[in-house]
Amino acid sequence: MTARRAETATASTLCLRVEDWNGHLPGQHVDVRLTAPDGYQAARSYSLAAPAAGGVDGVLEITVQRLPDGEVSAFLTDDLVVGDRLELRGPLGNWFVWQQDDPAPVLLVAGGAGLVPLMSMIRARDRAHIPTPFRLIHSVRTPDDRIYADELERLAAQPGGPSVTWLYTRTAPQTDKRRPGRLRPNDLNDGSNWTLDAAPTCFVCGPTGFVEEASNHLLAAGHHANRIRTERFGGR
Amino acid sequence: MVNVTRGFRSRRFATDDRLPPGQYLTDGFPVLSAGPTPAVPQDEWSFMVRNGGQVLRSWAWDEFMALDAQDITVDIHCVTRWSRLDTTWRGVAVDDLLADVDTAAEYVLARSYGGYTTNLPLEDLLDGKAWIAYEHDGEDLPPEHGGPARLLIPHLYLWKSAKWIKSLDLVEDDDPGFWETLGYHDYGDPWREQRYQGD
Ligand SMILES: Cc1cc2nc3c(=O)[nH]c(=O)nc-3n(C[C@H](O)[C@H](O)[C@H](O)COP(=O)(O)OP(=O)(O)OC[C@H]3O[C@@H](n4cnc5c(N)ncnc54)[C@H](O)[C@@H]3O)c2cc1C
Repeated sequence: MTARRAETATASTLCLRVEDWNGHLPGQHVDVRLTAPDGYQAARSYSLAAPAAGGVDGVLEITVQRLPDGEVSAFLTDDLVVGDRLELRGPLGNWFVWQQDDPAPVLLVAGGAGLVPLMSMIRARDRAHIPTPFRLIHSVRTPDDRIYADELERLAAQPGGPSVTWLYTRTAPQTDKRRPGRLRPNDLNDGSNWTLDAAPTCFVCGPTGFVEEASNHLLAAGHHANRIRTERFGGR
Repeated sequence: MVNVTRGFRSRRFATDDRLPPGQYLTDGFPVLSAGPTPAVPQDEWSFMVRNGGQVLRSWAWDEFMALDAQDITVDIHCVTRWSRLDTTWRGVAVDDLLADVDTAAEYVLARSYGGYTTNLPLEDLLDGKAWIAYEHDGEDLPPEHGGPARLLIPHLYLWKSAKWIKSLDLVEDDDPGFWETLGYHDYGDPWREQRYQGD
């Protein structure tokens, strides 16, 4: 690990330098494996948060949301220090990826840390100056739980930048007109042409329950099942 | 070569010899699917066995419910690294569904509502190793776990246990299914950690 950044009170981005990295696609993940002195091992998946920088010594970024009592996430967010070494395997997952040459507009729907692989897509689009329309809907508990918020606000303010909407489940900023709460059908079916005419490719990612709800709302809004790609992080 | 991670201590002392390498135990039932959960009402569900495009057998829901069913208690292992022990199911043994089928095929492509596919050796589906399951924990199988009915083949990683099963197609060649085309292992034995192609 070459550097770490706090994203929120409970989420951190870890920068990992890997020898012989051959690049990856936005949306892919790595498996991280921890080994205790007695040989006990624990492995979990973490999405790559940014496109590969290229070069021989690739620097990868993952963003880990600390779960209360989470075996691997708590170790990575609390105990790992710059200079420590980790075992990684990847890049993995060839389905939940955005192909940069696909002209279809992209609708991104994230719950909590489910934003991580979608952020990789947003960053790839920005770095390569790709005009494909992007829209992100990110559901979080409170404004303080937004990862990458400054960067997203900056990108959204640029001409041709992605459209970004935050939905709050517990506490919303006072200016927010939406009553805080879980995802509702009209959060995804807001009457804009994003709903259907644009026939976007939809990427939905987050805790399992969130992904189930969001993809059902998208189906109910008329999106076709084969245009909805999902990644379930676990949990409820 | 094992690289010890500085500062990492095992906290799960009860390492279970029923847990394959690289897996951890969970009490929950996580979900892995590539897309939304298809809604297949029982009265629109039917299940077929096919050979070379020809339908050999097919059952509507009521006909399937009339078949001899078994109660099954098995451990299941997902490639995303969770395992659950002693999960309970009810369903029909694939042996019974394929009884008296005469075929030279050595492989099976399982097909699902929603378009999912997965490839399996035929012999892995026989001799009491696989079922078409329609109950879990004494309840109708919920849609997100593959209801109305899914393949259950617990000795392989769970992506082989195709949810929303529609047919078993007997085929001569081991052509990769959905996840297998995307880099997952053609066989998927959790005890040999066959997660990805080349493992
Ligand atoms: C393809 C893929 C990509 C992933 N990418 C990321 C990522 O970019 N960032 C990230 O932070 N996580 C990501 N995850 C989730 C990650 O792999 C771990 O599951 C998570 O960090 C919890 O592991 P743990 O060892 O800390 O918790 P555990 O010790 O395994 O579990 C602790 C408690 O938390 C519950 N729990 C487990 N997983 C979740 C969850 N996702 N949400 C809520 N509760 C849960 C458990 O049921 C248990 O009660 C990804 C998962 C997958 C499958």
